[in-house]
Amino acid sequence: MPTSAIPPISQYAKYNNKVIKNRARSESDFVRYSLIAVTLLFLSLFLFIPLAAVFTEGLRKGTDAYFAALSEPDAISAMRLTLIAAGISLPLNMVFGVAAAWAIAKFEFKGKSLLITLIDLPFAVSPVIAGLIYVLIFGLQGWLGDWLSGHEFKVMFAIPGIVLATTFVTFPFVARELIPLMQAQGKEEEEAALVLGASGWQMFWRVTLPNIKWGLLYGVILSNARAMGEFGAVSVVSGHIRGLTNTLPLHVEILYNEYNYAAAFAVASILAFLALVTLALKTYVEWQVEQSAASIENEIKE
Amino acid sequence: MAKINVQNKTNNILPGFGLSLGYTLLYLSLIVLIPLSAAFIKTTELSFHEFWTAISAPRVVASYKLTFSASLIAALINAMFGLLTAWVLTRYRFFGKKFVDAFVDFPFALPTAVAGITLSAVYSTNGWIGHLLDPLGIKVAYTPLGVVVALTFIGLPFVVRTVQPVLEDLSAEVEEAASSLGANRWQTFHKIILPAIWPALLTGFSLAFARAIGEYGSVIFIAGNMPMVSEITPLIIITKLEQYDYAGATAVAVVMLVISFILLFAINGFQWWSNKRFGHVK
Repeated sequence: MPTSAIPPISQYAKYNNKVIKNRARSESDFVRYSLIAVTLLFLSLFLFIPLAAVFTEGLRKGTDAYFAALSEPDAISAMRLTLIAAGISLPLNMVFGVAAAWAIAKFEFKGKSLLITLIDLPFAVSPVIAGLIYVLIFGLQGWLGDWLSGHEFKVMFAIPGIVLATTFVTFPFVARELIPLMQAQGKEEEEAALVLGASGWQMFWRVTLPNIKWGLLYGVILSNARAMGEFGAVSVVSGHIRGLTNTLPLHVEILYNEYNYAAAFAVASILAFLALVTLALKTYVEWQVEQSAASIENEIKE
Repeated sequence: MAKINVQNKTNNILPGFGLSLGYTLLYLSLIVLIPLSAAFIKTTELSFHEFWTAISAPRVVASYKLTFSASLIAALINAMFGLLTAWVLTRYRFFGKKFVDAFVDFPFALPTAVAGITLSAVYSTNGWIGHLLDPLGIKVAYTPLGVVVALTFIGLPFVVRTVQPVLEDLSAEVEEAASSLGANRWQTFHKIILPAIWPALLTGFSLAFARAIGEYGSVIFIAGNMPMVSEITPLIIITKLEQYDYAGATAVAVVMLVISFILLFAINGFQWWSNKRFGHVK
């Protein structure tokens, strides 16, 4: 089911080592090389050239200006806020993801497919609307606006609002990873643990969690990328107060709108680097899952 | 499978069903369902006439047209090149293939604001690609074409990642059979492979389309944001919010939400069809 671009990690557990060298299934060299060339041209126009541009533009005024842009107080405070937002929303969604996947994968109940669709909802909602709905509740004219201002507790244009918006946009990631994984694993191992006398939590920590660790990690990597990079939703609830409620992507926007391009791209390059780290980690986890699937396959053969 | 399910219902000894389902429903309601319902409840403050005026103002209608047409074009580009990319990645070997494969997810991992400023730098008239297009009379940045470029970037991984697994699992026998019965490669592709991957392609296309409609961060930097010309619907919502027109912003948001939900259900349908079709081929 939808709606993340990334298919669940469980897909990589299928061990396949197909080598396609078959005349009935291959094209002439000319067709093959042309198709590869067109693909690489397309990907260059949209991926490789823009990636190179981020770093080139960031370093345009030299490395001194580059590091100055990264170490100014507003940039540091934006980094701190980005880490806080991700640091709070990720554990929340992790606990939710494990609970939801446990209920959905291991038990039968009515309305299960509706529940799975509802968990997906945040992926279908525009980031701008994700911010808007929290303004309607916590904003000054919102449902809780009077009560909140009476208690001098700020949600909008403050850190709690940013955390909430980040939690909303990263809501489905961990659950979406774990549901298919835990469904595929079945429940024999947990049942065996219980029959052998384990308590519920012992079973969870020693059987369930080790079994889902790669799926969980994969979900966290994807959520983290989205959490640190979220722009639309956070932009609605943040109020853009420099040094206070700016996350890194908002800081990039402010610098860019002030025509301070070199500094904007310098900060952007940090985020682009983070994206590359995300891809590397993601590929590593996929490789791990493929490897363990392959070794199980080999054991069965022997 | 059916047998196991029957067993599940009668004697499931696993603990924690009440706790996990209860927590799931509580958290889902607090973070997603109640806030989303706020949007629908807010619009009830408007009379139907006010609601209609808010969502059918010429500037808003122009933004729908741009958002939908640009998203549609971007999703079509992604369907075509995404299929090609998935094909090249599953069928051929070439230097750097693993790297290219991992890199397809770059638009997903890159923050949208970074994508926005980078694409507008690359595609502006003095940018790396923009200066090559300028002599041909093609201006990308700060025009509706820029919106298409940003949305193509954002939607790039979807078609590749939905079509790729289906292509990988396509059984060799059907293609060999087609070949031994005298079909050439194009006929095999057109008559055998394409029907098998069609549901996955449609799923990827709708995912890219749905994502493009809601996209904000990458578009606003490259679009130029001229009212009636290059202003997308999410930006209309932001503008109304900045003018403290909460009811008007919410009315437009509700229109987008309804469209997104319809797409979500359509995508679920395609996916179900894809699994069924795919299972059948296998």
